[in-house]
Amino acid sequence: MKKVLLVGNPNVGKSAIFSRLTGVRVVVSNYPGTTVEFTKGKSKILSEVVEVMDVPGMYSLEPTCKAEEVAATMLKDGDVIINVIDATNLERNLCLTLELIEKGYPVIVALNIWDETKHKGIFIDIKKLEMFLGVPVVSTCGLTGEGVRNLILRLKEVKGSEEKTTTSLKKWQKIGQIISESQQLTHKHHSFLEVLEDLSIKPFSGLLISVFVTICSFFIIRFIGEGLINYVLNPFFDKIWLPFISVLGNFLGEGSFLHYILIGNLINGQVDFGLSFGLLTTGLYVPVAMVLPYILSFYLVLGLLEDFGYLPRLAVLADNIMHRLGLHGYAIVTMILGFGCNVPGALAMRLLENRRDKFIAATLLSIAIPCMAQIAMIVGLLGPRGGGALLIVFMTLFTIWIVLGFIMNKVLKGETSPLILEIPPYRHPHIKAVVKKLWMRTGGFLVSAIPYVLLGILVVNILYALRIIELFSSIFAPFLKHIWGLPAGSISALLIGFLRKDVAVGMLGPLALTTKQLIIGCVILAIYFPCAATFVVLVKELGLKDMLKSALIMVFTAIIVGGFLNLIL
Amino acid sequence: MLIDITHLKPGEEGVIKEITGGTGLISRMQNMGIRTGETVKKISSHFWCGPQTVEVGRCKVAVGHGVAKKIIIEVER
Repeated sequence: MKKVLLVGNPNVGKSAIFSRLTGVRVVVSNYPGTTVEFTKGKSKILSEVVEVMDVPGMYSLEPTCKAEEVAATMLKDGDVIINVIDATNLERNLCLTLELIEKGYPVIVALNIWDETKHKGIFIDIKKLEMFLGVPVVSTCGLTGEGVRNLILRLKEVKGSEEKTTTSLKKWQKIGQIISESQQLTHKHHSFLEVLEDLSIKPFSGLLISVFVTICSFFIIRFIGEGLINYVLNPFFDKIWLPFISVLGNFLGEGSFLHYILIGNLINGQVDFGLSFGLLTTGLYVPVAMVLPYILSFYLVLGLLEDFGYLPRLAVLADNIMHRLGLHGYAIVTMILGFGCNVPGALAMRLLENRRDKFIAATLLSIAIPCMAQIAMIVGLLGPRGGGALLIVFMTLFTIWIVLGFIMNKVLKGETSPLILEIPPYRHPHIKAVVKKLWMRTGGFLVSAIPYVLLGILVVNILYALRIIELFSSIFAPFLKHIWGLPAGSISALLIGFLRKDVAVGMLGPLALTTKQLIIGCVILAIYFPCAATFVVLVKELGLKDMLKSALIMVFTAIIVGGFLNLIL
Repeated sequence: MLIDITHLKPGEEGVIKEITGGTGLISRMQNMGIRTGETVKKISSHFWCGPQTVEVGRCKVAVGHGVAKKIIIEVER
């Protein structure tokens, strides 16, 4: 099967074109580095089925980070290379184009983001550009699909050429010549968006805007999340699901093994969706009614910010603080993604250049950034005890993030790699694209979370039934009690936390803990170890040795911070 | 007058004369359009030795303070 590769600078819309060509859904955003791993899909092009690959963005054929390395090694396997370039940024994009052509790769150029050239007063003579480059050039707009048909039709014209080399200086001279002959710029007045672009990277106005954006995001996420829980999901579970469960419960008979597994323990003779811990009660209630609403609202807000192009600006503003933690500003993107789910956050470690950066970022992410599923459960469990308790949990995690980063930056050898970041223009988010991305991410959560939550609850019930939890409890009881002030039963939550953090937090519910104990439990569950899925990704990104070191820091921090909270609260 | 980018005032323009630093760093900057002979315009600089944002060609680039010190430009004052 023929292989078609989509290659180009970061943030030029490769993934959008990939989606158009293959129908495969991939995350598309307006910031460099959305795609860190290649995605494959199939497409029927001129009655021939071909494999299409979405390659992570790269600036040149000499890789500078892991994501670019992945891209560079893939090029050799391509039968056709579609070089996607940003039409509004021709000059910079052409460097890679020339490199590809020089190497003799079979290239076709997709002049993407074509729709924006008109607003920006850019005129490009496609015929002239084709003549200079000697390869087919097609204008496209990945988000709307314009020009993609034409791109497919012209794929057959693509052929490779002899390899030749020119110096970097000559290359830039050639680019200069191409630009001056095939592109005309007319002066345009600053649009409102452009004014906002500058304001949001200036120190004072930028800081104000970032505070405003953060507060707004917080309230929108809470408003939508709570609204869905109170007006949609709780009524559904109480009015429709509960009667069904009651009938099933009577049929199975309380005390039977199946009743125990499917419905769980009755609390005061009633099913309690949060506390019963059966597969059909807590097993469905936790992911669907407690976590899903916040996942949905978080990814809606994140999707809008991503597509608008805000994240790189936040990175610039954060660079200063992040440097004191041994990271450069762009690492904040891994943390923000981590708030949704630690796994994409961990995958985004590939955006960081060196081993030290990755180690610090991964450790801080695992310890101090709880995922949305975990946050939702903490809010659900601790919220009724008052906002102060919630504040203590999140302020503690934030303090650890700062202090631990500061310490690692002082202790670890080596230097933080510097920030060199392209800042994309603001773009109006396409509602269709935002909804599609939201749907993908939410669906992804349901598909990956529900089986694991159910598995987690099944494992807990079996461990209880086999009295294994009892055994662990008696072994760890003195430790839990003296250091953290937690009852022996909380060991079950710590065990399940290796599998899924949301279930683990939920398991603190039936233990009848005091507010102080709940706070300590929630903090420890966030810190002590990443969930299995994150752990696997981090081992791949960091290597086993660094991951073990990082895990040691996690366990150590959990012991110290938990003990400290136990002393002062 | 030759200065580095950190000394440029917001809104001021200059032509890049020299970029010092390792080859890796230089090529990363070149990829973003920061090359000798190009005109850069400063957009903002952040306090406490924070990053500097500049406009070069048609794109905006943020560089850390340490990196910015390595980009020498000529300005008319």
